[in-house]
Amino acid sequence: MTSAGSGLSLLQTCALSLLVFTGASQFALVGALAAGGNPLTAAAGAFFLGVRNAFYGLRLSQLLALPRAVRPFAAQWVIDETTAVALAQPTRRSIRIGFVVTGLSLYVLWNLTTLLGALGAEALGDTATWGLDAAGPAVFLALLAPMLRTGTERAVAGLAVVLGLGLLPVLPAGVPVLAAALAAPAVLFVEGRRESRKGLR
Amino acid sequence: MNTWIAIGVTAVGCYAVKLAGLLVPAGVLERPLVKRLAALLPVALLAALTAQQTFADGRALMLDARVAGLAAAALALFLRAPFLLVVAAAVVVTAGVRAMVGETGRWGGETSAVSQWAGRTP
Repeated sequence: MTSAGSGLSLLQTCALSLLVFTGASQFALVGALAAGGNPLTAAAGAFFLGVRNAFYGLRLSQLLALPRAVRPFAAQWVIDETTAVALAQPTRRSIRIGFVVTGLSLYVLWNLTTLLGALGAEALGDTATWGLDAAGPAVFLALLAPMLRTGTERAVAGLAVVLGLGLLPVLPAGVPVLAAALAAPAVLFVEGRRESRKGLR
Repeated sequence: MNTWIAIGVTAVGCYAVKLAGLLVPAGVLERPLVKRLAALLPVALLAALTAQQTFADGRALMLDARVAGLAAAALALFLRAPFLLVVAAAVVVTAGVRAMVGETGRWGGETSAVSQWAGRTP
């Protein structure tokens, strides 16, 4: 629905859900395109948000112990929810069942709701009147909030906000978000130096 | 067309990283620095995207009804409301403020009525 609100066609919205199938990346891509970003930088932002799935996959490949031939088919379902369910299972059999059931039902539901949402948004007309342009950032905020556990995460988020907003009028669209990603290595670097200085004393 | 390019690149990229996680030997990603960085990158990206989509229209920074909507979402999160309620709070408050303040919901954007009135008086 957010997607149809930011200028993507019905077909494009549904293709995105079918092919990408990782919520945060989809929202990021749509948001960056809506902000007038160039398609490659928009895709780069979405790609970085999808990188965490590689870490899920790493954990899941140990738990699921899938034959190599099956892995390309299982890969599309490697997302937050399937990992959470699989990690909660006690045996390999129930891990595999949990992964497949969660993956299949989420895939079907996610794509059905995308279709309904896009149809609904087309019927609504100007989505801004209904406040739907606030749904995107609210989704991001809800995804972000549980990650802000320690001072390090908060420092990264704060620096990223400053970089993302400060560079917006200066750099081409889409680039400020990527520049804001530098907040992560920057904070890690400062933290590392502080710790090594402590170590010297 | 541009949108299709973006969708294609994102689809291939996101599938590739999912598959990579299943195929890559564990040792590479188990290094503590790589792990820390991977956990912090989404934090930076989400924070920047949230801020941009709340305070910017295209490349211009601005304050409008979305700020009130996001404040409502933040309050809902603080009260540990479920995901859908958080998003609904943002949408409803944004729409509400827009309905009250005017069509655009942009503060300082309703000069038209004033200038019309000013133009009518001699």
